[in-house]
Amino acid sequence: MAQTLEKHTLDIQKIRAQFPVLHQEVNGKSLIYFDNAATNQKPKRVIDALVKYYEHDNANIHRGAHALAARATEAFENTRVSVQKFINANEPEEIIFTKGTSESINLVASSWGRKFLNPGDEVLISTLEHHSNIVPWQMICEERGAELKVMPINEAGEIIIEALDELITEKTKMVAFNHASNSLGTINPVKHIIDKAHAVGAKVLVDGAQASSHLTVDVQALNADFYAFSAHKMYGPTGLGVLYGKRDILEKTPPYQGGGEMIKEVSFGKTTYNDIPYKFEAGTPDIANVIAFNEAILFINELGKENIAAYENELLAYATDKITQIEGVKLIGTAKEKVSVLSFEVEGIHHFDLGMWLDAKGVAVRTGHHCTQPLMDHYCIEGTVRASFSVYNTIEEIDAFIEALKSTISKFKK
Amino acid sequence: MSETINDIQNEIIEEFSMLDSDMEMTIEYIMELGQQLPEMAEALKTEDNIVKGCQSKVWLNAEAKDGKIYLEADSNTAITKGLVSILVRILSGRTPQEIVDADLYFVDKIGLNRFIGTQRSNGLGAMMKQMKIYGLAYSAKAE
Repeated sequence: MAQTLEKHTLDIQKIRAQFPVLHQEVNGKSLIYFDNAATNQKPKRVIDALVKYYEHDNANIHRGAHALAARATEAFENTRVSVQKFINANEPEEIIFTKGTSESINLVASSWGRKFLNPGDEVLISTLEHHSNIVPWQMICEERGAELKVMPINEAGEIIIEALDELITEKTKMVAFNHASNSLGTINPVKHIIDKAHAVGAKVLVDGAQASSHLTVDVQALNADFYAFSAHKMYGPTGLGVLYGKRDILEKTPPYQGGGEMIKEVSFGKTTYNDIPYKFEAGTPDIANVIAFNEAILFINELGKENIAAYENELLAYATDKITQIEGVKLIGTAKEKVSVLSFEVEGIHHFDLGMWLDAKGVAVRTGHHCTQPLMDHYCIEGTVRASFSVYNTIEEIDAFIEALKSTISKFKK
Repeated sequence: MSETINDIQNEIIEEFSMLDSDMEMTIEYIMELGQQLPEMAEALKTEDNIVKGCQSKVWLNAEAKDGKIYLEADSNTAITKGLVSILVRILSGRTPQEIVDADLYFVDKIGLNRFIGTQRSNGLGAMMKQMKIYGLAYSAKAE
């Protein structure tokens, strides 16, 4: 299960102190926030950066000749460089700011897909995908007459690698799959699948939404063509995402939306487009959130990805051990390599009831299909309860969660 | 039935007030109410009878008899079943017009909106809407 077996060197209480939202009561109980795979909480420095921007630096970027505009532009572009380094992209121009992972994928499906997909071509996704990495491909496949294929998974929730030889063929033009599954936590063999895809000349998009705050991401080492992720799942602001794309591919990809910023020159007869990344950033971007996002990246960098992964693995291993001792609990997703996501069901109790009871006891979890209905269909279930951990969670919280779960189950055994 | 819709709503408000706004006690009580709901015939749990807009599965069947509407319901989750049982208790056996005119103020009064997060309260909204639709349909038929 462990990505790294290194021992972490983190002071968790000191980390917790940086997250104002964690220090509150919910339904009269101390909040235990285990819905981190949906969105994780924001450290004070991210919140402060948002306030500071609006109080001191607010200006539109890349335009004004005044001091505020210069400050805002510099801070905005600094984040781009931080993101570039964070995922080891070759250059900052390969980093495009979007609304989130979903928009990043839609951008590629829509712009790249419309130009490069033709009737008879195939797009390959996996059973593990979030709806955001299914529906955009269904839409463009329908429009372009291409076919959507799906990589199967085994009972543990791992992609069946042996099936790839048949699925990745000369017809395959795009392979899109997640780095880590939001529903099960499975970490996929990204490099292996990318190499297989490249061998037939297909491009690869990796949905990194669940990986970006847990795993070290090196887009050059992976040789990913596109890599998409969201700021809000890595201690950053909501409504902001990133699309990484290799320069040569982005240059050949037509713009996604028209508007300001993305143009070079406009006349009523003809418009020429700006260079990357601006070609894909029509309109005034989410300046405040981009600037604050930098603080989230610094937060992760200062703790160290290896430290975070080692600690989260400890939490996951501990929680997995404790929960599997409870009678009637069945884990959904038992891959060997997992990020800190624990999905489960309890025999005879609907996940909504479990979620409501846990909430009454102060524990925030996610219940339902987690926007992965085809994956739930694979397991013949409607949904699961999902507890997911971030670096500020503790062993004591897991103990309290396990007690809350046991007490909830007892309510149904009367 | 001599009690009005509002009489029953007031009773329910009174019952819930004893729970002291405690979330766990409230859920427990809602589940108890669900257990008291008369069983719905399996044959009535059809695709057509599923209330749309609920996250969990809710079946609702309405039948008119002697100018009144009788409701039967069930859910695959214990808490939702409790919620729908409250609605059945208030609205079943009423005339279509009574159902159409009903002002279901108990939801706010017992803080179901606050207690039962958005998803579920949408489900509750969908159930109430569906009951009103039945009321409307039957009152239109009667005219």
